[in-house]
Amino acid sequence: MATTVLGHEAHGVAPAHEKTGLWSWVTTVDHKRVAILYGIGALFFFLLGGIEALLIRIQLARPDNNFVSPEFYNQLFTMHGTTMIFLAVMPMSQIFFNYIIPLMIGARDVAFPRLNAFGVWVFLLGGLFVNAGFLFNAAPDAGWFGYANLTSTQFSPGLNVDFWMFGLQILGVSSLAAAVNFFVTIINLRAPGMRLMRMPMFVWMSFITMVLLLLAFPVITVALILLMFDRFFGTHFFVPMGGGDPILWQHLFWIFGHPEVYILILPAFGIISEVLPVFSRKPLFGYAAMVFSGVFIAFLGFGVWSHHMFSTGMGPIADTFFSLATMLIAIPTGVKIFNWIGTVWGGSLQLKTPMLFALGFVAMFIMGGLSGVMHASPPADLQQTDTYFVVAHFHYVLFGGSIFGLVAGAYYWWPKMFGKLLDEGLGKAHFWLQLVGFNLTFFPMHLLGLHGMPRRVYTYPKGLGFERMNEMETVGAFVLALGFAVFLYNVWKTWRTAPPAPADPWNGATLEWSIPSPPQEWNFPEIPAVTGRDPLWEAKRQRGGPLPEPQRVSGQGIHMPAPSYWPLVTAFSLPLLFTGLMLSSKIGPWGIIVAVALLFFGIFNWLFEPSYTSIPGVRGKTGHSH
Amino acid sequence: MFLGSRVTRRLSWLIPLLALVVIAACAKDFPQTTLAPKGDLARIEDDLFYTTVKWATLVFILVEGALVYAIFRFRGKPGDPEPHQIHGNTIVEIIWTVIPALILVMIAVPTVKAIFKENETPKGDPLTVEVIGHQWWWEFRYPEFKLTTANELHVPVGRIISLKMGAFDVVHSFWLPEFAGKRDVFPNRETRLWFNAEEPGEYSGQCAEFCGIQHARMAFRVVAMPPADFQGWLDHMKSITTQSAAPSADSVHTSSAGGGVQQESTQARQAPGGAASDSAKPAPPQAQGSDVAQGQKLFLMKGCVGCHSLVAYNAPKGMLGPNLANVGARSYIGAGTLPNTDENLAHWIRFPQEVKHGVLMPNLGVTEDEAKALVAFLRTHR
Repeated sequence: MATTVLGHEAHGVAPAHEKTGLWSWVTTVDHKRVAILYGIGALFFFLLGGIEALLIRIQLARPDNNFVSPEFYNQLFTMHGTTMIFLAVMPMSQIFFNYIIPLMIGARDVAFPRLNAFGVWVFLLGGLFVNAGFLFNAAPDAGWFGYANLTSTQFSPGLNVDFWMFGLQILGVSSLAAAVNFFVTIINLRAPGMRLMRMPMFVWMSFITMVLLLLAFPVITVALILLMFDRFFGTHFFVPMGGGDPILWQHLFWIFGHPEVYILILPAFGIISEVLPVFSRKPLFGYAAMVFSGVFIAFLGFGVWSHHMFSTGMGPIADTFFSLATMLIAIPTGVKIFNWIGTVWGGSLQLKTPMLFALGFVAMFIMGGLSGVMHASPPADLQQTDTYFVVAHFHYVLFGGSIFGLVAGAYYWWPKMFGKLLDEGLGKAHFWLQLVGFNLTFFPMHLLGLHGMPRRVYTYPKGLGFERMNEMETVGAFVLALGFAVFLYNVWKTWRTAPPAPADPWNGATLEWSIPSPPQEWNFPEIPAVTGRDPLWEAKRQRGGPLPEPQRVSGQGIHMPAPSYWPLVTAFSLPLLFTGLMLSSKIGPWGIIVAVALLFFGIFNWLFEPSYTSIPGVRGKTGHSH
Repeated sequence: MFLGSRVTRRLSWLIPLLALVVIAACAKDFPQTTLAPKGDLARIEDDLFYTTVKWATLVFILVEGALVYAIFRFRGKPGDPEPHQIHGNTIVEIIWTVIPALILVMIAVPTVKAIFKENETPKGDPLTVEVIGHQWWWEFRYPEFKLTTANELHVPVGRIISLKMGAFDVVHSFWLPEFAGKRDVFPNRETRLWFNAEEPGEYSGQCAEFCGIQHARMAFRVVAMPPADFQGWLDHMKSITTQSAAPSADSVHTSSAGGGVQQESTQARQAPGGAASDSAKPAPPQAQGSDVAQGQKLFLMKGCVGCHSLVAYNAPKGMLGPNLANVGARSYIGAGTLPNTDENLAHWIRFPQEVKHGVLMPNLGVTEDEAKALVAFLRTHR
């Protein structure tokens, strides 16, 4: 590695960000490129999860259908959930954490650039690992929640659960790496003057997300390790015949799983808290309340896990506690919704595509929130849980919420990331298709659930009255798919034909709009000083008009971290390790030994790789730091 | 979301309109609905549901209304002056924190009351039924009468039914929408649920916790009967046990050697106390056809008897397959998979793996004629 870097420097090659070619991507530690790698992975897996959803909808369009076999259906719904949560929505948030947070806080990179690269490689490899089961007709099939004791070797003897359990374990490493990184980045790398209570709301919500990741993921890690011991080493943590307890899994899973819900939604809260003010031309209403309601939601999020378990019969005291704690969350969530409406209220609304999606988010999220309060009530939940009512509820939160928010972010920051504006007309078509398709798909699910259709069924009999609504939902799913096809066409078309976008196309309020699009590797030639909450609006107001278009600069004297392939090498050891474990009955411990050796080899080289070069005179060119 | 052109405005009307049409559809079109409760527990749940729906609708209309109004009212044009820069308003923010809190109190108070009602089986003279979830069927046992049946739970109208529930293998969930809602069942703990049926009839329920490949085909029926009819049913069930042509203990042992776990073969062996002597008795009158005799023989030879008991009274515990003592009279086979017609039953016996892929019952190579005989034999068990 060192020779590569030195070689470049010795020959005076241009700074890394202007380099092209596969190698520059493989070795990148630039947070913006890492973001794009997250984006490519997330988009791929999102399309995969979407195709799984369409297959599910085709199967359910008719009663007693046999478009797919029961075992494939179970793989489909398991992988749809796993994919959308861990491989689509979480990494889509990572796109914006990576790309936008350093820009918003006026930093040149993240605190640990190589750890960042490690995170994205682990995510990509982990995503492929989970999906590898499809190649062996052994994709995970026990649900994204993997309830014990169905996951025990007695009832799931195949590799299906192994792919799921180890895949999640790998992905957890990626999430934890990112969480540590952005936690430190946000605490330590803010521009001078950007006090905590001046941070953009997206940074705040991301910060809270990092805390949730740091506290929630260790729990699922432990649960998955216990499951691994049950499946590989003959323990009985969750096996009742050996004295274990399946309900322990449910507690562990939901202590992780409920905060996970906020990990999925808080970044979207942050995104629309940026979009709504900009397109209302008015600051965010009740900034402090927005911060503290976010903190409060996250805090309460750790005390409500058992509301996923009302039907287990925990008794009246536990039911009451978890019910009331869950209802409490509605208060800070309500505060957020009111503050968003307060932001729009009295503004001068420009209904551009990002704004449409942000408004769509608020409208749909209200529905998801209200149905959430309905099953916070345990007796009512005894009817609703494990039915399509719940499927409707969490799609209103995760699709109507998270996805609408993330799409808003995509349209909003696209010009910053790629230097091109997406087409407005196509964007609006996308919005309306998505809004109509979404409601057509998911609204009837409320009624289906209330009328008695359970979740996770590969088919349903004739005569229960489920036919018509299921048909409607399938149509809706294809309308939704069409919406995303329009988005992809928009990307393709503008990529080829759109003129370069200005640095600040939306009259933005935050620092990322003060630099060229796309930004240069070092983001800010000079670290800006911040004196208020909407620094760019402040600057424009002082100047009495728009700022001059920022110029690209040479970057002389700016220290940036050196590229490295050791994060990728180290990342490879994780899927290898678990593959070795899965094959250990056939090949003995050799796979594991090789993987561990690779892990140490990777870490060792990573640690001792020179991050500063000592060759005089070239330090300022590409430079090294951190 | 009433934005933009006339077309989109028309489109957005469609959604609530469709919803109304669907809601308006009668409950009778949805025989498994939660919205037409027919017992006390389901009514408690339904009342609470409507309490939350009422408040949710109010909040929905006000908040979505405010949002839509704001979108119309404050839509800007290019060149508009910068709007007034408001950063917040403490009084307004306190108000919209307190009001939702008050609404939540309105929901929380009836919720907590209902939680305690729901968790306590009403006093009186409940009929206890043990429910055991299996992959993928339901076993019902009446400890009071030492009776066992499968996939069809017969109960008297008007009496509280107290369910003591467990699972044989993995976690399932017993869901009876019209009477009780649902409760999970576990292999290592007892959970409880209660209900009462107000009117005679057949009601459907099904497993609600994902439990493996055939989770979708794990339904059951509740047959609610007037008390006198229920007593008649009980007497009948007790009587068919003494008449039934149950297999001898020896043949159970040998024929079950093909498949199962140690547990069930031992239990099946010690199972039907008087069965050996019963089989010596003359078959019931309707069981005299040659098909029936042939079917009985096949039932032993093909190994059916390894997993299925034909005794309802004091039936052995831990059998892998559903009790068949009254299978001839049930309305469905395969836990709600097929209506119980002769053709369906024959098809099911021959090709269980095609009908319900992954079910524990293997394809046993039963021929068409053999299936006919088995159907004739099973039809005598009503």
